[in-house]
Amino acid sequence: MSEAALKHLSETQTKDIDENIAWAKINQDVLRSMENPRRGYWIAMAISVALFSVMIYAEVYQYMYGMGAALLNTSHMWDLYISTFVFWIGMSHSGTLLSAILHLVHADWRKPIYRFAEAMTTFSLMTAGIFPVIHLGRVWNFYWVMPYMTDRGIWPNFRSPLIWDAFAITTYLTSSVLFLYIGMIPDLAICRDNTKGWRKKLYTWLSLGWHGDDRQWRNFRITYLMIACFLIPLAVSVHSIVSMDFAMAIMPGWHVTTFPPYFVAGALYSGCAAIITLFILLRYFFKFEEYMTFPILDKVCKLTFVIAMVWTYLNLVEFASVWYGHDIPSKEVLLAKAFGPYAPFFWGMIAFGMFLPFTLLSKWARRNMKFLFVVSVLLNVGMWLERWMIVTPTLSLGYHPWGWNIMWPGWVEWAMVGGSFGWFGMLFLIFVKVFPCVSMYEVKEMVFHRKRTIYEDVDEMMVLHKGAPTAAEAGSTNNGGS
Amino acid sequence: MSSLFGNILKGWTDYTKGIEEGGHHKYEHMWGMVIDLDKCTGCNACSVACYAENNIATVGEEKYKARQSMQWLRVERYFDEPDIDPGAIDDENAMQERGASFLPMMCQQCNAATCEPVCPVAATYHTPDGLNAQIYNRCIGSRYCANNCPYRLRVFNFYSYTDEDGAWPEPMKQQLNPDITVREKGVMEKCTFCIQRIRAAKDKAKMENRKVKDDEVKTACQQTCPTQAIMFGDLLNSESKVTQAWERQQVKLGKYKQDRENPKLRGYRVFEELNTDPSVLYLERVREE
Repeated sequence: MSEAALKHLSETQTKDIDENIAWAKINQDVLRSMENPRRGYWIAMAISVALFSVMIYAEVYQYMYGMGAALLNTSHMWDLYISTFVFWIGMSHSGTLLSAILHLVHADWRKPIYRFAEAMTTFSLMTAGIFPVIHLGRVWNFYWVMPYMTDRGIWPNFRSPLIWDAFAITTYLTSSVLFLYIGMIPDLAICRDNTKGWRKKLYTWLSLGWHGDDRQWRNFRITYLMIACFLIPLAVSVHSIVSMDFAMAIMPGWHVTTFPPYFVAGALYSGCAAIITLFILLRYFFKFEEYMTFPILDKVCKLTFVIAMVWTYLNLVEFASVWYGHDIPSKEVLLAKAFGPYAPFFWGMIAFGMFLPFTLLSKWARRNMKFLFVVSVLLNVGMWLERWMIVTPTLSLGYHPWGWNIMWPGWVEWAMVGGSFGWFGMLFLIFVKVFPCVSMYEVKEMVFHRKRTIYEDVDEMMVLHKGAPTAAEAGSTNNGGS
Repeated sequence: MSSLFGNILKGWTDYTKGIEEGGHHKYEHMWGMVIDLDKCTGCNACSVACYAENNIATVGEEKYKARQSMQWLRVERYFDEPDIDPGAIDDENAMQERGASFLPMMCQQCNAATCEPVCPVAATYHTPDGLNAQIYNRCIGSRYCANNCPYRLRVFNFYSYTDEDGAWPEPMKQQLNPDITVREKGVMEKCTFCIQRIRAAKDKAKMENRKVKDDEVKTACQQTCPTQAIMFGDLLNSESKVTQAWERQQVKLGKYKQDRENPKLRGYRVFEELNTDPSVLYLERVREE
């Protein structure tokens, strides 16, 4: 789409979706996005694979030499591994927000964009899960955190927040994979009917014999709703539990009561920002202008702004409670964050996380793709910095003066952080070519409902004001229906 | 099933009793230590003895600077004349007149240890001897315990030191203590109060059908200290020197704030106010006013 056309569209597009799109066109457009990839796709894939390979190299190196390779030391035992873990867990929350919470409140504008957000949830959880494993000193024994039967009768320590993490993450991952998959079954059936070769075999197997009769739809709706209801408390609990890794600890700057809601808000925030990023990329590369419209982007931006303000509020609550409290070590850690060696990153987090979202208030910004892309990436940079600023300054300034030291991550840690983006990118790129990243059947529903609403409104108005026969009485079949 | 609920109720009674009486534990022993900082000269012999006794790897200058040392017992130096410009440290005349204060720090064997509840695989736990034990074989190296230790007294095997170019090249392997394992990379470790010596003394006492005597167990650091600044013994044994020292200083277990009649008493426990309930009592250094 040309520059001028884009500008024109950004000024004129007012409806979430054009209700006159033909159903066949929806199928066609989405299936087209799954066709053979073009050059841009391969370049993105190559970058992702390269990043991931560097991560594998770093992990092998670390495996051979021990955790010292990551330059960790007696005070800094976690550093970027756990901060990036928290970051990816956070990314996973927006998918559930869009697909489950907005589903329950009947916000139908989510329909064209929830599929990729839900995929993002699943893949970022799969990315997050890597970190607690690679940060282990004896990575080959990672399965010991799982409560499995052995004849030695040894169980993990159920009091440890790390165990709760393991449970929360596996539960959340399982449920979001199920949710993503079940929500996709009708679409997989469409794919089955329109493809050949290995794809046909794959979709036949995955669509579980879906042919769209009433009974199947009824069961499908109930299942979908049930999993949505199941997923919402999980989304809240999983990040609360991740926050307990810190809140349950004794260290100053970690032992904070507001951490669970603060982490959940931060998670939704970075997730929404990531949705904006991927929204813009998918819209641009797959030419989804008719589905991923400006009004929907506008709504996502407003949602991001609101969540950003919740996060900002909780951040200020934390600062204030430390400042007015009588816990001297915590206050020192807070001051060290603001004026110590990590200060540039702390203020970066404040600037990107607290002040940058105010640009979303401007309508111009919400309609400007390039600007919004940069903003959404920076918001996530801010959120990544936030996680780093939670983990590292506390460790550099704990209770005991002997342990005070500044630590900067080395290449191994950066390779792992970069590689996690590569791994996520790889999974996401494979997903968009193998599965429909816009929900076809739900866009059809949306179009159908909106159309019917419009005509019913017209009918009502006619009855009220003119007493004329309604469209239905006149035998109109405008509301389509099947 | 009945035994399961029975255990829970029994545990609950112990728990409430612990709250009411403060520091109530059903232990066989309750190993504790007293370190007199007034006697400490900062010679580091204790630290060296600890290295020799417990098969601790020496990491070399580079890794020590990177703060990856494996020191179980470190003698920390503090200067109470902070006005001197730290840049002038090479200037002999600028040295601190009164010298440093020394603080030998080893695992404080907390009775409410912050490291214990956070370990995902329960590799660190409390023994019936009142010790905070570390099970090397069970440790997966999540390092949560070290992050949660306010004393920073847990050390991690960041590298493997068992190779030929490691801490013990060939003939030196002969000097390893056979009573203790050599830890592999990725495992957390810390001071054990020389648990192998405690074990040996307990076994001997059992063979001779008697109780462990006071002074029967000596830790390596205590044995080596030239000024006898370190005292070690059983706090449940009312006869032991350690118990008497604790009583003289009017310091009690199970409290995060001591109510002492005499404010001039020198005894204190490090970070007592965090309610970790450590088992090591320090006696403050006496300074001329």
